Amino acid sequence: MENTTHIEFFSKFAAMTFEQIKQVLKTKTVGIAGCGGLGSNCAVALARVGVGRLVLADFDLVQEGNLNRQFYFYDQIGILKVAALKQNLFRINPDVRVNTFEIRLCESDIIEIYNQCDVIVEAFDKPEMKYMILDTVHKYMPEKYLVMGVGMAGWGDNNLIHSRQAGKLIICGDEINAVDTECPPLAPRVGVVAYMQANAVLEILLGANEQQIHSGI
Amino acid sequence: MKIILNNKEESFAGDQFTINELLQVKNFTFKMLVIKVNGLIVKKGEFDSTWVHDGDDVMVLHLISGG
Repeated sequence: MENTTHIEFFSKFAAMTFEQIKQVLKTKTVGIAGCGGLGSNCAVALARVGVGRLVLADFDLVQEGNLNRQFYFYDQIGILKVAALKQNLFRINPDVRVNTFEIRLCESDIIEIYNQCDVIVEAFDKPEMKYMILDTVHKYMPEKYLVMGVGMAGWGDNNLIHSRQAGKLIICGDEINAVDTECPPLAPRVGVVAYMQANAVLEILLGANEQQIHSGI
Repeated sequence: MKIILNNKEESFAGDQFTINELLQVKNFTFKMLVIKVNGLIVKKGEFDSTWVHDGDDVMVLHLISGG
């Protein structure tokens, strides 16, 4: 039994070359709600593999305290995160198209901005905002996949970090460790969860196209 | 009765219970909880009036800060 599982597991990844993967991904749009530790790192991963368009929203400026985990540079302190992230994404992949929104997202913004996205990545820090986007997507865009990050503060405990799925909702994180002064968010765990979110996005985007690839469309 | 709670089958006494009773039994005392029963989100005000039955698929998600 175990051998069979291994073969299936392996063949899933052997099914597409990077060129084929890029062909699929360049037609896709991913929404990133929040450009902090989760959003900035997730966007970088998606730009690297060739997702065609990223839709970024955040109201905040880059601050020195962000640099312990967020994908910004010292010389970007004081500029808008969406602008700084756009610059960084272009330096990685000049072909990526990036739409930026300098706003504190509310329900109607989410519907308007992310309506055209294939997948939405929730990358807020406050639980109230996480609830708001979950509720909004569920109410108004139930056909849309939402990939959330829940629980990534502190360090260590690699094996507590997991992902699970309930319908079109995917949750990544340890679902335990909230941020506080004695349990700060740090690059390694935040990065693991951000990249796990990006990995879930790829699974959705490439999975839906698997048949097209095999049938040569 | 048996339900699927967070992707795992769990057994409980009785034929049905409310969301609030489930939260008490499981000792889920968190503030920002999202509950889905058979894929549908249950509003916070309806935790006392929403029943869980045998075979239901229940997701409990605790939203915490960090991102």
